[in-house]
Amino acid sequence: MDALIEPLREGIMQRALLEVALLGVVGGALGCWVVLAQLSYGAESLAHGMLPGLVLASLAGAPLLLGGAAGIVVAALAVALVARGGRRGPGDLLGRDTAIAVVVTALFGLGALLALAPETPAGIQGLLFGDVLGTTTADLLASAALAVVVLAALALLHWRLLAVGFDRASARALGAAPAAADAALLVLLALAVLVAVQALGNLLVVAVLVAPAAAARALTRRMGPMIAAAVAIAVAAGVAGLYLSYYARIAAGAAVAGALVAAFLLARAAALLRARI
Amino acid sequence: MSGPLLRAEGAAIGYGAAPVLSDVTFALEPGERIGVLGPNGGGKTTLFRALLGELPVLRGRVEVAVRCGTVPQTERSRLDFPVSALDVALMGAIAGRPWWRRPGRAERAAARDALARVGLGALADRSFGELSGGQRQRVLVARALVQDARVLLLDEPFTGLDAASERRLEALLDELAAEGRGVLVATHDVEQARRWDRVLCLNRRQVAFGSPAATLTRDVLTATYGGAIVTLPGEAGAGAALAILPAHHCDHEP
Repeated sequence: MDALIEPLREGIMQRALLEVALLGVVGGALGCWVVLAQLSYGAESLAHGMLPGLVLASLAGAPLLLGGAAGIVVAALAVALVARGGRRGPGDLLGRDTAIAVVVTALFGLGALLALAPETPAGIQGLLFGDVLGTTTADLLASAALAVVVLAALALLHWRLLAVGFDRASARALGAAPAAADAALLVLLALAVLVAVQALGNLLVVAVLVAPAAAARALTRRMGPMIAAAVAIAVAAGVAGLYLSYYARIAAGAAVAGALVAAFLLARAAALLRARI
Repeated sequence: MSGPLLRAEGAAIGYGAAPVLSDVTFALEPGERIGVLGPNGGGKTTLFRALLGELPVLRGRVEVAVRCGTVPQTERSRLDFPVSALDVALMGAIAGRPWWRRPGRAERAAARDALARVGLGALADRSFGELSGGQRQRVLVARALVQDARVLLLDEPFTGLDAASERRLEALLDELAAEGRGVLVATHDVEQARRWDRVLCLNRRQVAFGSPAATLTRDVLTATYGGAIVTLPGEAGAGAALAILPAHHCDHEP
């Protein structure tokens, strides 16, 4: 019992635990729609492509939220542009995902280049791997606001997202516009990546969006239970990862990401075992 | 209600400037079942999309007086999606509601009623993907009922169904028509279409429209399917069965 309570005596850990719990709620719930809409690759592209914005904000001493927002808009526009080009037809040699990979790698490389320039201030590592132990009260407020916005939007849009995901072609006849559902999901995804990237880092943020939902998908057969399970898994794995980092003295962001992936592997194993019995 | 549920007059329908389907003139009266015949690419789906307001009418007129519900082929939906039959039926409740209003208790009850109406009351909580092809088709009919659709547009609903499922679905369509709904069914089965009230033959334009007995002649079917028709032996005389063959079998015509 003491082992569980001891880390809570420190303000740093209190804030970090609250932050991973809030991000777990967002990542778990939104992640279900991301996984079902096959947007996991898009989530990763946004997270990696926004690095130049984060680095530039860090260099200029501007708020990371601002730089991240600019970076994510640039990344989203670039991805949308090449994805459109990749659809032109058989004459186009680049497939869509190849084109996106090239753009995202270029943006990520640009960010790394800027980050490694001699005048770079310390803290670039935090951009890549996150700094959950450095969570401030302002960060917590941003995460709480994000959680409220994402949960409210998902609750209101639930049936339209469901109708579009189930059958895009006939959704319009039911009054659910596929383009509007896509846009809503992408905006929520961009917001979530923007807020979560500061705690979990550019490289690891996608873990909280994809792993809990993928784990819940293996364990449940309905959307409601899937969302509930994904939220529970994300919060539990996030908290477990923080405790692990506290006692094993390893990087907090990596421990949280590792715990999320471990939860996914456990869930898959459980699902396989259940199918055998 | 007096007057037809929907009506087309000299309608040309298409995606851009050039129509994919033209000269469409027909009306669907309450209680009527119309079989829509034609080859793949002949314009059956194009017509349905225009009736749903998804495609522009380039010339002529299409008037839809009531709400149309669509019953697509279930292969188009994602069978791995985590939804129950009840969830799918409930999707009909979002039609015509503002986006922030979720289906409530009343809609849920209506969806259960609709599933019971199509004979699936006991399977409401079963996963959609686990149902048989015929059952999935009836769930989509229930969805259209939740939508309160007065006209049902069914896109080749009998494709891939066994004989028992086919009879069951056909009986359901008969019942819905008897309630005064209009039913438009795209099909490849000419013999089945003979049992309905009218047939509409399409091959990039309207070839014919009328009662099956007067309309389904060899000439009309030849114009509709491009000559790939044979008369089956054994049923000589007026009741001779016509069958449609793939185009490359044309030279076997007796």
